[in-house]
Amino acid sequence: MAQAVIDPGVTKKRRSVRSIYPTWFYLPAGLLYVVLFAIPTFASFYFAFTRWSLQDVEFTGMQNFITFFSEPQLRTGFINTFIYGFVTSGFKVVLGLALALLLTSQLIARGYLRSVVFFPVLVSAIGVGITFKVLMDPFDGLINSSLATLGITGPAWLTDPQWALFSVALIDVWKGVGIATLIYIAGLAAIPTEYYEAAKVDGAGGWKNFRHITLPLVRPATATVVLLSLIGGLRSFDLIWATTRGGPGFTSDVIASVIYKQYQAGFYGLSTAGNVVLFIVVTAIVIPVSYLLNRREVER
Amino acid sequence: MAVHKRRVLAAGFAATALAAVAACSGGGGGSGDGENVEITLLVQTGGTGPAWGEALIAAFNEEHPEITVTMNSQPGGTEGDNLVKTKLATGEMEDVFTYNTGSLLQAINPDQNLVDLSDQEWTDSLIEPFIPVVSTENGLYGAPNGTSQAGGILYNIPMYEELGLEVPTTWADFMANNDAIKAAGHTAIIQTYGDTWTSQLFVLGDFGNVAAQDPDWAEGYTANERRYAEQPALQSFLNQQEAYEGGYFNEDFASALFDDGLRMVATGEGAHYPILSGGVSTISQNYPDNIGDVGFFPLPAQEEDDTRATIWLPNAVYIPSTTEGEELEAAKLLVEFVNSPEGCRLQVELNVPAGPFATSLCELPADVPQATQDLQVWVDNELANPALEFVSPIKGPNLENITVQVGSGISTAEEGAALYDEDVIKQAQQLGLDGW
Amino acid sequence: MRRRAKIRSVVVGTIAILLSVIVFIVPFAFIFLMAGKTPAEASLFGFSLPTEWALWENITEVLTIRNGLVVRAFINSTVITVLSVTLMVIFAAMVGYVLQRRRSRWNPTVNFLVLAGLIVPPAVVPTIWVMQALGIFKTIPGMIFIQATFGLSFCVLLFRAFVSTIPKELDEAATIDGAGPLRVFFGVVAPLLRPAMVTVVVVQAVNVFNDFTGPLYFLPGDENATVQLTLYNFQSQTLNQWNLLFTDILLITIPPLVMYIFFNRQIVAGMTSGAVKG
Repeated sequence: MAQAVIDPGVTKKRRSVRSIYPTWFYLPAGLLYVVLFAIPTFASFYFAFTRWSLQDVEFTGMQNFITFFSEPQLRTGFINTFIYGFVTSGFKVVLGLALALLLTSQLIARGYLRSVVFFPVLVSAIGVGITFKVLMDPFDGLINSSLATLGITGPAWLTDPQWALFSVALIDVWKGVGIATLIYIAGLAAIPTEYYEAAKVDGAGGWKNFRHITLPLVRPATATVVLLSLIGGLRSFDLIWATTRGGPGFTSDVIASVIYKQYQAGFYGLSTAGNVVLFIVVTAIVIPVSYLLNRREVER
Repeated sequence: MAVHKRRVLAAGFAATALAAVAACSGGGGGSGDGENVEITLLVQTGGTGPAWGEALIAAFNEEHPEITVTMNSQPGGTEGDNLVKTKLATGEMEDVFTYNTGSLLQAINPDQNLVDLSDQEWTDSLIEPFIPVVSTENGLYGAPNGTSQAGGILYNIPMYEELGLEVPTTWADFMANNDAIKAAGHTAIIQTYGDTWTSQLFVLGDFGNVAAQDPDWAEGYTANERRYAEQPALQSFLNQQEAYEGGYFNEDFASALFDDGLRMVATGEGAHYPILSGGVSTISQNYPDNIGDVGFFPLPAQEEDDTRATIWLPNAVYIPSTTEGEELEAAKLLVEFVNSPEGCRLQVELNVPAGPFATSLCELPADVPQATQDLQVWVDNELANPALEFVSPIKGPNLENITVQVGSGISTAEEGAALYDEDVIKQAQQLGLDGW
Repeated sequence: MRRRAKIRSVVVGTIAILLSVIVFIVPFAFIFLMAGKTPAEASLFGFSLPTEWALWENITEVLTIRNGLVVRAFINSTVITVLSVTLMVIFAAMVGYVLQRRRSRWNPTVNFLVLAGLIVPPAVVPTIWVMQALGIFKTIPGMIFIQATFGLSFCVLLFRAFVSTIPKELDEAATIDGAGPLRVFFGVVAPLLRPAMVTVVVVQAVNVFNDFTGPLYFLPGDENATVQLTLYNFQSQTLNQWNLLFTDILLITIPPLVMYIFFNRQIVAGMTSGAVKG
């Protein structure tokens, strides 16, 4: 499938230290990255310190950061971001592991189940948003009309201030649990069966096996799931935007949606400053978590 | 840049054209040099935008076969606003594009980005209130596209007849009607916060009344001397809170959509829908049998003397300053055509008019909906004021979220008004206004 | 013992199937049923069989609306997806390979840049400036490069993890046989990377195909429409056309679904040997 990028210049050169892992392998990807990502991103950081209408630029120093931190919705935004990020990652870890255990055990229709868990990953955020807005409609929606036949009055899901954020998080888990499950299935498959056989000889089973063999040995998978869903969860707003747009009022706003609204309102400098803040916050959370997860792994 | 030769209007329509247009019409349809010019037209995907664009191009080409117009479409709303700014800043805007007038136009920096059209002849025919909303101190940039509309109450006429109600002109009368409707077991006020923008009408549609009480309010607001947290403007938020607390809203107000609201007021599921009167256009498409059942009255002020209709002026078509040379001449012809009687006919063919035209070159057809006729009475009696976004460049981005909070009891009117005052500061600073 | 396990497998399996139907199948069935209804019936949002199947009419209408905008969008999206995913797979595999194999002073920097690529959102307007300078703005090739760039980080992470499972001795043996670095990579290592590639292809193809904001800003113009944009257009209609909206969702979900079913078996294999090694 690949057309090789032949560069005769390099093969001819043969410097004194000839490496079979040439640095120029970075070149094609690096070129794209630098030109289309790094340069524009660095350019935009400058605008974080300006009042910018896309055409006129006025340097305002730290003013944008002051304005950003005095946004009335920012407190809610921060709290919601943490709730959303940790709730979705938590659910994805627990449900993903549970599903993966189920789907690697002896089970009828295993192939079908493995496929179907991944289906929601294939639908776009807009498509999922439209579908769930209809399904979660407080009155005509399928979810509440089904609950009604069981005699339960369902909440107003996306339009109840108490429920809105949680409802979006549920949709996010529904859409994303397939990837977590897949990573866990792979992690479980990589555990050598000898461990379980040895445990069987020792008379251990069920819970003990899980606690002392499975859980420690799927730690790398857990690390991957936690990191990917945490970065995704803290930065996420596409699903929030497709369902509640941060509403009702500001009750399901997260930092990313506050920034997006500023961007839409034409406050380009301000929203760039917001992105810088978000970048720092996400990095400040993700790097320690990543360090923690990896360090424990080494200690084992 | 000199005024280019005007092209003749197709004979069938020339009859209805004003003398001014007919007089300066040149010869046949072919252009002088016979060169084929290609220009692009940008429309919004929502509603009838693309259908209008296609009809416009077809009609325009009857007269100007030498100009090839390609249509592009893009989302409207806030995503669209952003895209317009991005395209202008990067020099990628289509040769002719539709966009808002008033405060949103000021935000795209017309002096720098748009072609001044004040030397065009059709500008003489614009109605007085329209001129400032497409102008800056340095020029006039847009030609009206569509008709004016009002922000106020669409109401169900059969329900009024059944309950023997009168159209209210004071807030107290309005609330009394609401009580009567509620007592009769109907939904008195329709709210549709599933489309958040619809929640702003209690505030935005009340501005005509604020301006009646304090004619300098808008100017003071721009100069940071008036606030929503103070009367008379605070009343708009208080009214919304009172309406919520009275329990008049439809059960599903938090999730219902604009479409649902129009259906309810058209079919009598609800009595009052505070909304833009342009909604009649959708009603005439989705519920053509009920279009005669929907009337209009302005949101009433506390005192009858202060009650005014609040008018939204039409959107406009613009030419970006990146369009030059023969493309610019062709683009000007297209803009002129939009404003010709034939162009106006196309505008109201797809969108049933919800109010008067903004140019004297065009006349409304005779069979306009009842709500439009109701509005016309207020306009004719000069009991109408333009909405705030047409008299002040300041509009905070979060008003719709704030009014959802006030209208759902999440926050009080005072809190909402104070929050909105804070919200507009960013906008004023971004525009670089004095006094902020 | 065997018998008990078998019974357990059937019981648990049945429960799992039932739950999966409720949680995962019903929403998809709902999309399908909505796509089969008439406008009036669709606006009731009921979970019921259409009283009168209009699926074919709806599909025809969606495909022919605005002179086949949706068809054009399908072609554009497919071209962009196939080419950008090809680029990012090859380029990222090369980076992941060298990054894992060679311990050098470059590594910490490259690792940080990869992470930054995942966390930092792209800056729209400066990116357009760069694209304009290169003359690739508003072009399909430009969009392909953009998507390939934005997808690189994720791919590099996955490939780096995967390469560690391939014994280093293989490359050394090939080198002793006289193969140059290109031959070693494309002839020896790349074929072994196949399972990881399948995973990357599926995940990234879905991402690119389902992207909305990228094409909105970097690829304006109706002749360049992409599938998610058409969905957005249907959504912003004020007419009651829920049936067409859901037909569009149905249609544009089919390509990822077909691709997934096609690659399904190999995905798990790819994950097994790769992603989890952190």
